[in-house]
Amino acid sequence: MTVFDVAVWVCGVILALAAAGTLYRLAKGPSLLDRVIATDVLLAIVGAALAVEMVYHHHTDNIVLLVIVSLVGFLGSVTVARNVGLDRS
Amino acid sequence: MNWQTVVDVVALVCLVVGSFMSLAAAVGLVRFPDLLSRMHAGTKPQVFGLLLLLTAVALESGEPRMVPLLVLAWIFQLLTVPVSAHMVGRAAYRSKHLHEENLVADELRDVVARAGDESG
Repeated sequence: MTVFDVAVWVCGVILALAAAGTLYRLAKGPSLLDRVIATDVLLAIVGAALAVEMVYHHHTDNIVLLVIVSLVGFLGSVTVARNVGLDRS
Repeated sequence: MNWQTVVDVVALVCLVVGSFMSLAAAVGLVRFPDLLSRMHAGTKPQVFGLLLLLTAVALESGEPRMVPLLVLAWIFQLLTVPVSAHMVGRAAYRSKHLHEENLVADELRDVVARAGDESG
């Protein structure tokens, strides 16, 4: 287990804990907008996991996927936020 | 201590700190009392964590021509996350998510009222 493996293992455990906390908020979130924020953070964690995997295997093939994941997350949350506010106005 | 180990160590430190940022975001999401404060936790660590992770990827890849794409990925995130948080905050403010007791000052109330009068 070189230093590299240990660091990547630590990152994996940290991201797993972060995902668990975000899923807790996703499940419990009293309102729809809490769930939208939790989904955004969950997508950021997926992006982080992609980056960790890229560092570990010394390749940069998934960079475009990282960009697309962050953009799709943005589109999703903006659409939901827009529709939630609609029936009030 | 040749050059490659220095790059490796810096990349690993960036990786771990970036992951800690995601953990901070998750803890913030769980612990904060209401929606408007949870947005702080949901957006700020996300952007900074991504910056650290992308620098780690850039350092490890070793190809300078990847850097513009990484900067583009970060700029996209930097532009889109505040906009989505603003939209969510706007929808939250106008719907029932507002807990008055948590607010210190509320400058938006008269703006919303005025906007309401003009459109009403």
